Amino acid sequence: MALLKDTSHINSLENEAIYIIREVAAQFEKPVLLFSGGKDSITLVRLAQKAFYPAKIPFPLMHIDTGHNFPETIEFRDRLVEELGLELIVRNVQDSIDQGKVKEETGRYSSRNALQTTTLLDAIEEFKFDACIGGARRDEEKARAKERIFSVRDDFGQWDEKNQRPELFDMLNGQIDLGQNVRVFPISNWTELDVWSYIEKEDIEIPSIYFAHKRKVFLRDGMIWSHSDYVYQDDHEEVLEELVRFRTVGDMSCTAAVFSEAADIASVVQEIRDSTISERGARIDDKRSEAAMEKRKQQGYF
Amino acid sequence: MEVLKIATAGSVDDGKSTLIGRLLYDTKSLTTDKLEAIEKTSKQKGYDYLDFSLATDGLVAEREQGITIDVAHIYFSTPNKSYIIADTPGHVEYTRNMVTGASTSQAAIILIDARKGVIEQTNRHFFINNLLRIKDVIVAINKMDLVDYSEETYNSIKADFETLMEKRDYQDQNITFIPVSALKGDNVVHKTDNISWYKGKTLLEHLEQLDKKDVFNTGTPRFPVQYVIRPKTEEFHDFRGFAGKVYGGQLSVGDEVVALPSQTKSRIKEIYFYDKKYETASRRSSVTITLEDEINVSRGDMLVKVGDLPKIDKQFTATISWMDSKELNAGGKYVIQHGVNKVLAKVDNILHKINPDYSGIEEEVDSLKINDIAKVSFKLNKPIFFDAFKDHRTNGSFILIDPQSNNTVGAGFIN
Repeated sequence: MALLKDTSHINSLENEAIYIIREVAAQFEKPVLLFSGGKDSITLVRLAQKAFYPAKIPFPLMHIDTGHNFPETIEFRDRLVEELGLELIVRNVQDSIDQGKVKEETGRYSSRNALQTTTLLDAIEEFKFDACIGGARRDEEKARAKERIFSVRDDFGQWDEKNQRPELFDMLNGQIDLGQNVRVFPISNWTELDVWSYIEKEDIEIPSIYFAHKRKVFLRDGMIWSHSDYVYQDDHEEVLEELVRFRTVGDMSCTAAVFSEAADIASVVQEIRDSTISERGARIDDKRSEAAMEKRKQQGYF
Repeated sequence: MEVLKIATAGSVDDGKSTLIGRLLYDTKSLTTDKLEAIEKTSKQKGYDYLDFSLATDGLVAEREQGITIDVAHIYFSTPNKSYIIADTPGHVEYTRNMVTGASTSQAAIILIDARKGVIEQTNRHFFINNLLRIKDVIVAINKMDLVDYSEETYNSIKADFETLMEKRDYQDQNITFIPVSALKGDNVVHKTDNISWYKGKTLLEHLEQLDKKDVFNTGTPRFPVQYVIRPKTEEFHDFRGFAGKVYGGQLSVGDEVVALPSQTKSRIKEIYFYDKKYETASRRSSVTITLEDEINVSRGDMLVKVGDLPKIDKQFTATISWMDSKELNAGGKYVIQHGVNKVLAKVDNILHKINPDYSGIEEEVDSLKINDIAKVSFKLNKPIFFDAFKDHRTNGSFILIDPQSNNTVGAGFIN
């Protein structure tokens, strides 16, 4: 091909992300890519492939599995890893519960989402990871809007939001003390629509739950919850079968579905373009309080 | 669609967050759930109007104090462009935050409170945007509703600002004045009858037609090597690719290049982007380059075109913005990160401190405090390959890292 040009918005985001991922491989000894099976981390995998071609991605993927994931996501994860010949590490929240390190939440709004933090921090220590690449984006949530691309965490995995390193130009300072680690967010500057447009443009495969499908659900607080063994449901909360899809995919207990007929990527992109609700409007975990995300981040959440 | 990065500058209470909130609201970029949250909180606080600053002040402490503490990045788009706004706080660490925000921006908005006019901080905001050679600066004279939309007030503030402009170093900067009321929505996205005497564009109209040329990447091609790719697979047995981002001009297959610091010559054999080969890579693309000859190149080295060499030196002078609460002293040792290259540096001499209110310079200075801007000479433990900041924004800038704390403690612009 004649000319590789960086004129479009999505190309410049892609070039920036590849640059960041290469900086991680160059500056750190033991990086890892945090992989949830969601669209953002799938996008990261594609970007990492591009960054190192024709070599393989020079770091493993790690999934912190709550045990309450959508089966479609897990099946997809395993297939992707096999097809690309990548190394996958899985650490389970269930183990942290069994070891008595965290306590399972109970009741109507119980979720294992927040429990992931402990399992993650333990895994970072176990493998001595010094950089964790994640798919968080600044447009997702207002505490995340303040996040750096290289975000330093202390020995306790904590985020000191008021004392962050300035990030100038595109120079990324990855110097850290022993015991510290860095969370790296290569798609910081992408919006939800950018991610979807990129998935469409690159023809990236994503789990089927992102597309419209019939699912047993129930309604609570104006949100569509999945009917599942993992999700607390009152007797009066009636199970319905509806045509839905997921706009964001976390653990079953913290991700709400949306009514949708979008069955292919083009219709999904159009739906996002027309949407008047934010992505995290469907995150049950963020509805807990205005500062929900900031609090979780301080404690070491993704 | 193009992307435009904008930095904002204003003093506390000039209404920066409100202006950004207004931009989001009037471009229908606030989703229903976010808008509902703003309505709910505004009501709880007993306000008569929607407090748009709630859209951007993301930290608990910020909402408590009603101020912005840290640089926030805000995204919105029109059918024509994608915008990224760096909302930089106007108080304590203002210089640090403003330099940070401006370092990645192509345009800047400086806010002035119409009731207060040009104040000392305005000088500083303008100085920094000029120092960082931001191509387009918009001076938004805000809170026009509180001065009865007076044309006279607007003109007198404009005249004061124009006096400042005479002192600027970077003369080619485009400066535009717009009278607005972020609170009422006048001239932000929509035109208004309240300011009928103003015939110019609204803020958004102006942003929409800004030159999309990337001012960061003018100059000649520079290719700092980030990472060496060696797949060691059967198919790519002898492959040795140099991964990096092209800065300045473009690079093509067949170009005769010099590797620095070894000064060995070769030619570009292939340019890869993922699994495709290209003839030419434009600036800013993250590519992988292979060379005709097997020469020794590693991270931190740089490929440049023959006959187009940057300066190669172990010393230089630079204007630096100091960002740490720990002082910088003459003789102090730091790590300089210049692109992806790191060297040890010693502060040779603090030549003078620059007063960023355009009031002149201070000589015989032996230490720098947070927010100080100064001209400093450095000595390095090994040579770097640089251009002057005015010729090459990316290859003419660097960051300073404190080797003890590992923190980024300053930014530099090579003279």
